[in-house]
Amino acid sequence: MKYQLVSGLETHVELATATKIFCGCTTAFGGAPNTRCCPVCTGQPGALPILNKRVVEFAIRAGLATHCTINTTTHLDRKNYCYPDLPKAYQISQFDKPLCEHGYVELESGKRIGITRIHIEEDAGKLVHESGFTFIDYNRGGVPLIEIVSEPDISSPEEAREYVEKLQLIMRYIGVSDCKMQEGSMRCDVNISLMPVGSTKFGTRTEIKNMNSLSYIEKAMAYEYSRQAEILDNGGEVVQATMRYDEHTGETSVMRTKEDAQDYRYFPEPDILTVVIPEEKVEEIRASLPELPTDKLKRYVNELRINPANAQLLYKYKAVCDFVEKAISLGAGVKNTVNLTVGTLYSKLETEDDKERFNLPVTAEEMAKLVKLADEGKINITLAQKTLSKMAEEGKPVSAYISESDLAGVDEGELEGICKKAVESNPQAVADFKAGKEKAIFALYGFIKKATQGKADIKKADAILRQLIMK
Amino acid sequence: MKSVIKTLSEKLRSGQITSVELTEKYIEAIKRVNPVINAYVHETFEEARRDAEYADRLIKEGKGTPLTGIPFTLKDNIATDGELTTCCSKILEGFRPYYDATVWKKLKEQGAVLLGKTNMDEFAMGSTSETSVYGAPLNPRNTARVTGGSSGGVAAAVCADIAAYGLGSDTGGSIRQPASFCGIVGFKPTYGAVSRYGLIAYGSSLDQIGPMTHSVTDAALVYDAIKGEDCADQTSAPVHMGPTALNGDVRGIKIGVAKEFFDGINPQIKGAIDAAIEQYKNAGAEVVEVSIPALKLALPVYYIIACAEASSNLGRYDGIRYGYRAANYSSVDDMITKTRTEGFGREVKKRIMLGTYVLSSGYFDAYYKKACLIRKRVESQLAECFEKCDVLFAPTAPVTAFPLGYSGGNALETYLSDVCTVPVNIAGLPAIALPCGKDKDGLPIGMQIIGKKFDDERVLDIAYFAEKSKLCELEDVEGGVRL
Repeated sequence: MKYQLVSGLETHVELATATKIFCGCTTAFGGAPNTRCCPVCTGQPGALPILNKRVVEFAIRAGLATHCTINTTTHLDRKNYCYPDLPKAYQISQFDKPLCEHGYVELESGKRIGITRIHIEEDAGKLVHESGFTFIDYNRGGVPLIEIVSEPDISSPEEAREYVEKLQLIMRYIGVSDCKMQEGSMRCDVNISLMPVGSTKFGTRTEIKNMNSLSYIEKAMAYEYSRQAEILDNGGEVVQATMRYDEHTGETSVMRTKEDAQDYRYFPEPDILTVVIPEEKVEEIRASLPELPTDKLKRYVNELRINPANAQLLYKYKAVCDFVEKAISLGAGVKNTVNLTVGTLYSKLETEDDKERFNLPVTAEEMAKLVKLADEGKINITLAQKTLSKMAEEGKPVSAYISESDLAGVDEGELEGICKKAVESNPQAVADFKAGKEKAIFALYGFIKKATQGKADIKKADAILRQLIMK
Repeated sequence: MKSVIKTLSEKLRSGQITSVELTEKYIEAIKRVNPVINAYVHETFEEARRDAEYADRLIKEGKGTPLTGIPFTLKDNIATDGELTTCCSKILEGFRPYYDATVWKKLKEQGAVLLGKTNMDEFAMGSTSETSVYGAPLNPRNTARVTGGSSGGVAAAVCADIAAYGLGSDTGGSIRQPASFCGIVGFKPTYGAVSRYGLIAYGSSLDQIGPMTHSVTDAALVYDAIKGEDCADQTSAPVHMGPTALNGDVRGIKIGVAKEFFDGINPQIKGAIDAAIEQYKNAGAEVVEVSIPALKLALPVYYIIACAEASSNLGRYDGIRYGYRAANYSSVDDMITKTRTEGFGREVKKRIMLGTYVLSSGYFDAYYKKACLIRKRVESQLAECFEKCDVLFAPTAPVTAFPLGYSGGNALETYLSDVCTVPVNIAGLPAIALPCGKDKDGLPIGMQIIGKKFDDERVLDIAYFAEKSKLCELEDVEGGVRL
């Protein structure tokens, strides 16, 4: 590689507040066009914005979760530009005093991607082009956004992807956004420049606008890298420009260059007073933050001794983690809880969304009861798996599948008798075992399982069998 | 000065007249007088008749307030649900909002009767009301003169008594200056004391709605009815909510006189104000000399900040959602360009361009940022004054009403005539304008009483002394209702 890729991302995240940033309209996705708007979010003459306090709180949550400092005195600014989807001809945003600054997101490798700033702003409406006409839907207008601006610390498309995934994970964990790229609740602008490997002087950058999928981000970056590399190889100069990425051709193209860059004429929004956030409020929000994903992953591996592969499978879904952790707190053993969750329940949680929401009718309480039975050897793991599978399908408690008599198990005397029968009726297996074939004992397990309808504790049976054979 | 509201209110309550009857009298007077003075641009007589019936019910049930059943007018930049609200601009041609301004909502609940919307400078940009797309209103005291502006229509309607009172808006003097030109009372409350929700913005950090009335008593009654914090306007603030007490006792009050307010003032105006101050002194007030060196800077600061905010506030008029749209266009951009070219008047375009310029990168620091710094200086110098005095007395304008058409050829002089009123907006202070005499042409002279922030009731009370002591009695203009 001749050139080092240098990249920074601007990520827009829609906040999951119930109402819009400056009015009481719902933020729910969809709805018939222009039914979720009012004089304020359609910029009617004389209407005034009222800043939604929850938006500020959510943005502070996002800032604290990415290790930012919070500017407790801040204000909003007007970003002026004329476009039909922007009904006031200015977007209320933040310019010189963002709510959050100087944070970072840590990648698996331990590398930190710096967060320059996080600010709050309003989303615009949507243009719909249909049969030669353009329609405007203002339902999305005024939906709260945070823009998360990273430092140019990203050095590969893979790192960009991981950074975005980590951001998604963090935002979902702290409950500020569902970060669904396909629905537009998360979108990225990618800045890219190249410099010779070993250099410290950044090259001229281009910005690819409005990326709405992780794989497109990677592909667009790779394409843009080779495009810029080719220009540099031929002794040319990269022109600073805003680009768009065509998903069909996989190519980037220029939207506008620096010459026709807009002058947004930012100035402080006079309709909204300076926002002063009491220190105690920030601390209150800090205290209310859940354990963050990276910390959870570390704790699962180092403290709970969950094997790293399973820990990876679990920590991405906070609702699953909450379920597992609650079952454990109710006395269920870690190993069986994790194995049953990842083994049995994950096969029922087919989509990402299902896992995101832990969309199963199994409570942590019932899970704990079941796992404890397995932990104590009252049922074997196969029965536990089968039972859990049914519970997940039918939503009934453990007691619906495993009765008291089932749990009585097989008493010691009876088990000894059955073991004897097993040895007597399988001479070949016994001979093989004696000859050193460890696996031959499985035939005896099978006999016992069948004779007891799976109720026997195989561990105990194993001990008895070995005694009998070696006698 | 007579309290028209009190007189009418007593007649209504005692049953001498019903609101419906009173409303018809005003409607009849409007039909007679308005063709001459052009005060009203949109009549809302159907609304008025409904309001009057509602008011009569309230009065019968004993639920009336001092404003119940009394016909009034709103400046054409205050939103009225279902009624034309056009800022006297072509670009808002036919615009009927589907929401009410908070002030109108409050008055409507009390049974106020809306007669119509009154003339103004287009988007409140002007000092003579001549930039209105409907043509200028005429000064009822001398129809060869302007009403002043931008709330000239309200001033003319009240002066001629074809409205018992009105609400105007004041960004740089737009309530006080026309009140003075027409010889009525105009009160600009502290920024934030009255909700701006529904007031179509010109300079958002300066705009303030306030009463324009026949007397100080009326101004206080109307102020009481519209004041207060509003959850729909984040820049509004809590104020004392009881009725304003008017005693007019000025013993021991300290009147500040800053020489900077009197620089270059017409000597007749200075004389009238000096005479008024003398009367206050005789009643026990004390006069202290104060100085506001930065006062003259308030004017350029005002034009920079107001235009900057206006350039942003007026960006929304693109012909897409409401108002005027150009007839022939080839694309969206072309439609927006043509709509704005045809829809805005010359003065508005001038201010949009000025404002865009001062916010542009490369000029922002030299103009807008510097203006904000100087604004702070003006504010702090005024605050310092109020450590030495209770109120400031000043002229409302350095001149009396201009001849019609004069300002067209004397734009700079017209801009400069705002010199006494803009510092009040720059600092967000309350100020009342009231008549204090006449010049040699018989045109009313206005004086201003300026208070510190949220001292609105004190300002009204100190002004009430002038009313109580009959400091200046102008004769009534004929033709109006005059009950």
